[in-house]
Amino acid sequence: MAEKTYLQAISDGLRQEMRRDKRVFVIGEDVGVYGGAFKVTLGFQEEFGPWRVIDAPLSETAIVSGCTGAAIMGMRPVAEMQFADFISCAWDSLVTVAAKQRYRAGTPVPIVVRLPSGGGFSGGPFHSQNPESSFAHIPGLKIVCPATPEDAKGLLVTAIEDPNPVLYFEHKHLYRRLKAEVPEERYTTPFGKARVHREGDDVSVITWGAMVHTADEAAQHLEADGISIEILDLRTLVPWDKQAVLESVAKTSKALVLHEDTHTGGFGGEIAATIAEEAFEQLDAPLRRITAPDTPVPFSPPLEKAFIPQVEDVAAGIRELAEY
Amino acid sequence: MAIAREAEPVGSLQEVKEAGLDREDLLAVYRGMLITRGIEERGHILYKQGKIPGSFYTGRGNEAAAVGVATAMDSVDVGTPLHRDMGVHVTRGVEPWRIFAQYMGRSDGPTKGKDGNVHMADSRLGLLAMVSHLPAMLPVAVGCALAFRIREEKRVAVGWFGEGASARGDTHEAMNLAGVRKLPVVFVCDNNQWAYSTPTHLEYATEHVADRAEAYGFEGVVVDGSDVLAVYREARRAIEKARGGGGPTLLECLTLRMEGHAVHDDAFYVPKDMFERWAANDPIERFRTWLREHAELTDEQEDEISAGVKRLLNEALQRADESPLPDPSTLTDGVFATPEDLDTPHHK
Repeated sequence: MAEKTYLQAISDGLRQEMRRDKRVFVIGEDVGVYGGAFKVTLGFQEEFGPWRVIDAPLSETAIVSGCTGAAIMGMRPVAEMQFADFISCAWDSLVTVAAKQRYRAGTPVPIVVRLPSGGGFSGGPFHSQNPESSFAHIPGLKIVCPATPEDAKGLLVTAIEDPNPVLYFEHKHLYRRLKAEVPEERYTTPFGKARVHREGDDVSVITWGAMVHTADEAAQHLEADGISIEILDLRTLVPWDKQAVLESVAKTSKALVLHEDTHTGGFGGEIAATIAEEAFEQLDAPLRRITAPDTPVPFSPPLEKAFIPQVEDVAAGIRELAEY
Repeated sequence: MAIAREAEPVGSLQEVKEAGLDREDLLAVYRGMLITRGIEERGHILYKQGKIPGSFYTGRGNEAAAVGVATAMDSVDVGTPLHRDMGVHVTRGVEPWRIFAQYMGRSDGPTKGKDGNVHMADSRLGLLAMVSHLPAMLPVAVGCALAFRIREEKRVAVGWFGEGASARGDTHEAMNLAGVRKLPVVFVCDNNQWAYSTPTHLEYATEHVADRAEAYGFEGVVVDGSDVLAVYREARRAIEKARGGGGPTLLECLTLRMEGHAVHDDAFYVPKDMFERWAANDPIERFRTWLREHAELTDEQEDEISAGVKRLLNEALQRADESPLPDPSTLTDGVFATPEDLDTPHHK
């Protein structure tokens, strides 16, 4: 098995699907000649031609709604937002049209929207957001947030196969930072099945995306102090693996929910409420949430560092829980 | 100053034949317009009887525009009709009883009670269900055309919008992408001159909505939306041009919305003489007169067609009324599609 970056894994998965299924095409801003702002589709236009790797005008609504129309006509479109932040311009396309079409009109909309998301490199308020929670609130959309190269490929293949609109949040900070073995052959990673990133007995950390790795670093620091941490990587928020969360909490009796998105209305609140409703009697400490504060994502490095949950913040939170 | 081409009315039967319609087709168009109006007139009665939950919208005055365009479409073509375009559903073959069932929120309506009024479509007939956010379906129609272009199929997508919705950004994004990629799509503007209570001069500053087409790199045409034959001829030209690789057309059908925005609205803001002028231009009466003058429509045939439409709608009403209301247990069904749902004519 070859080692691949997170970005290469996404690129490989997409290329493989385009080779095996002529219905799959890519559309987005600068995805063709330029290969995408982050080079995920580098070389795609040479291989698949300009009508399967489509350079779109700067029109997020037309891109996502165009995918919706094409999908209803039997294609399997994969749209790229240059940055996840720009999905706000296609809110109606996703929320009003694509998400509700199956329920009210019986028409499936099998589209994938790739969303380079997350901060950590001074992208500022408009190139750093993690808007997954906003969309998790909308019935009819599936939400995917891979944390590893292997999952990045497997979840993308599943997303393309899925008969629903899927928002695929790829964390920009993981693109080239993360390298791991990724199978060459085609495989799917199921939605709604959490992955135990690290096994442990004292505290459960429930998280997804880049925060899986922040939690892992914190766990490594705390291991020396004899604190055993279980990290659950949800992989997908819609559907989310409630069973795995409840099982982990039943084992450790202490839960910390961690996300890079802002606090109020963040998906962590949903997980916390579910634990309170269904595992209250198994808890030995009040549940903790560590998230970004309720502010836009700031630009300047010290401000951004204070915004994104850091290893030391997570370690402190876990330690408090362990000592409770 | 107008930039779009202003279409001439259609004159003789010969001219109509050249445009692709024989006498049988013409009678079918007439019948389709009668069914369209009949469905909406009976809808008013159902509403007054308290049988229609929510509000009720009609397209009175738009029958010729809707039926004319839909008649110009081939069976392989697709479209995204709106709430003034009942005639499109009728022409494509949606059975009237299912439309009444939809109005009344019954389980046999195309949306099984999940959505109301004209928010419906039968995908097997090449139609996509509208949403309230206008013109959100316009870029979806462009996406259908994109699929046809990628697969090199000789099919055309027709996207409808109103002059009010022409003010929104989706209109621009849809037309710009279609123009840039020369996609097989026809944009049909139902310009009924009133977006709820807002007149045209507060929605756009050009003479015609169709004048904008020039800026997107394709042709704009304005047609009298009360003249079903002129609408048909212009729609046919535009659709065949798109099918042949000639790119989009913006076809603006000028009409007057002869009722309020919805049933609760008495349209007090529309000048009376405007209603009177357009009432004299009623699309059904106008076509009936033309058929008598140019296609030998007799009293006998007219009565036969009217009686057939009346019978159809009476039976439809009865059948719809027998359709049960949806079971509350179906509330959470179908939020997500399953792989089996993809087994449709389009997805195969």
